[in-house]
Amino acid sequence: MEYLPNILFAIVLIIGIGFFSKNVKKLSRNIKLGKDVDVSDNKSQRWKNMARIALGQTKMVVRPIAGLMHIIVYVGFVIINIEVLEIIIDGVLGTHRIFAPLGALYDFLIGSFEVLALLVIVAVVVFWIRRNIIKLKRFIKPEMDGWPKKDGNMILYIELVLMLLFLTMNAADFQLQQLDAAHYTKAGAFPVSQLIAPLFDGMSISNLILVERTAWWLHIIGILSFLNYLYYSKHLHILLAFPNTYYGKLTPQGKFNNVEAVTNEVKLMMDPSADPFAAPADDAPDPEKFGASDVMDLNWVQLLNAYTCTECGRCTSECPANQTGKKLSPRKIMMDTRDRLEEVGKNMDTNKGEFIEDGKQLLGDYISHEELWACTTCNACVEACPVSIDPLSIIVEMRRFLVMEQSAAPMELNNMMSNIENNGAPWPYNQMDRLNWVNE
Amino acid sequence: MSEELSVKTMEAFMAEGKQPEILFWVGSAGSYDDRAKKISRAFVKILNRANVEFAVLGPEESCTGDVAKRAGNEFLFQMQAMMNIEVLNGYEIKRIVTCDPHSFNTLKNEYSSLGGNYDVVHHTQFIKELMDDGRLSVKGEFYKEKRITFHDPCYLGRANSVYDAPREVLKKTNANIIEMKRHKKTALCCGAGGAQMFKEPEKGDMDINVLRTKDALDTNPDIIATGCPYCNTMMTDGIKAHEKEDSVTVLDVAELIANAEGL
Repeated sequence: MEYLPNILFAIVLIIGIGFFSKNVKKLSRNIKLGKDVDVSDNKSQRWKNMARIALGQTKMVVRPIAGLMHIIVYVGFVIINIEVLEIIIDGVLGTHRIFAPLGALYDFLIGSFEVLALLVIVAVVVFWIRRNIIKLKRFIKPEMDGWPKKDGNMILYIELVLMLLFLTMNAADFQLQQLDAAHYTKAGAFPVSQLIAPLFDGMSISNLILVERTAWWLHIIGILSFLNYLYYSKHLHILLAFPNTYYGKLTPQGKFNNVEAVTNEVKLMMDPSADPFAAPADDAPDPEKFGASDVMDLNWVQLLNAYTCTECGRCTSECPANQTGKKLSPRKIMMDTRDRLEEVGKNMDTNKGEFIEDGKQLLGDYISHEELWACTTCNACVEACPVSIDPLSIIVEMRRFLVMEQSAAPMELNNMMSNIENNGAPWPYNQMDRLNWVNE
Repeated sequence: MSEELSVKTMEAFMAEGKQPEILFWVGSAGSYDDRAKKISRAFVKILNRANVEFAVLGPEESCTGDVAKRAGNEFLFQMQAMMNIEVLNGYEIKRIVTCDPHSFNTLKNEYSSLGGNYDVVHHTQFIKELMDDGRLSVKGEFYKEKRITFHDPCYLGRANSVYDAPREVLKKTNANIIEMKRHKKTALCCGAGGAQMFKEPEKGDMDINVLRTKDALDTNPDIIATGCPYCNTMMTDGIKAHEKEDSVTVLDVAELIANAEGL
């Protein structure tokens, strides 16, 4: 019976991590549904970008208040993980505060975790106020109705509870240390929790142990649950921000990718020795689909982008179309892509790993033509994203499908394009008149 | 009509067996749009003043295909690109200058995948170069004390990180350069990019150019400077929407320099 808590802990840990790895597998399978894209270039620049943008949070501080609060929560999350490591080792070995022999360093660590925990609580409260009381415009757009709004608040509640449990655990521990309770090593500094500790004055040692153990167990179970919540939440960004900034665009923002499949066709068309009536060879592969109408037509980095999006809405709040009341919201483009990808993934789960046509697609069922045609390709959304997501590339890929596969451009654009075809300018002027401006 | 402009085609240079210092890519707007033609003329006056040997393609130039690519018509873009590349490479063009940030972006970034590699500069960069090399000077009286705000074209600024050249050129006029609240990386689009220039906007509660012009008007300017023919049109329309056409004018950086020099 002596080892019951250890065994129980090991089981909880295995379930928590096992379930998480199952979701990671699903995540990676879904992302790999995207087309291949070569991102093996410029490794050193990519590492630098990751270090600067994800690790260094450089783009977060463009908006100073949110940026500062976010850095607190982020640093808190990273640092407090050292404490989680101790909890896990203690849990498995049945020890208590196994890092205590670090002495002064340990006191410093525990002390700083406590200060960070308090700061995290402050930041979380500020975040909650911004979402629910001040109702910042970018948090109340139509695409945030329902689950996204709940998700945003849920994360804040979970973080708040986790921090409170951590401080409660330490407060009870502090009291137990004062009372010379067996097994409770005198270690650590408790600058924050000793302020809560008086609440436990006069409690018996056994009751204090009950409080401490309860907080300890709930804290670690909470963390494992939170880990498993990630896959269903926008909070996935805490992991994916790193690969996403690594694989982010390196070329100038204005450079749109070249469609190789089109290049091959155009070269053939312009080749004077090509036989225009030649029938394709029997073993010729099906002609490639141009542009994207569904998630499988996008490349895997674009799908990774969709899972990385944390719905902060900086893109949408910078978007000129959205600011002037158009339907387009770059954040919605990313959320729709993820939702559709999840739908495709679930379809595969229920059909033994095979996708069975469901009569739906990203274009039309999720993203409307109206949204796609409202984009000015100004790159404000790309610039605004703190984790290097490129909503514009998805918009352009879908426009390509509309124009090249469906000839479904707005009429004025068709006129413009036939002008280019006929006289080499978007307006109906004669190409021979190109130099008239000199003498006008 | 003002003084005669000296403009020579690439064909003429070829006939003389010479290479120009630079090719001036006029672009469709600069060739056909009445407002943008004035920008082309102003820029040529500057080139003439600085004794730059430049060429144009004239009837051999065709739309870069930028607008087709942004609209999703990759076929049309690549057809245009390959035709233009054939002409440019045939003339062994090394360096190109253009007044249109869209042509600038496409020629610089997107022609390379199709075999066209050139050193491409925006006209504000080229004017700055002429000034730095002492080939062009500005007296700095004409616009002294005037309030000028510069609107960053998306395809020059965010798309290619060119923020300083137009500002440094403008400073030479001794005008007061006032920044809008959103400028450089955070500048708001004028609303013309991504093929919007050629279609009606989607349903909304305001036009983008009206919003952007408000940004500019908030600086209480005498002049809104731009470096893009499409931005120019959008901001000019925006000023009309705000009924400020009597007190505020929209001018290209090239026009400002040409005016300052009395060209």
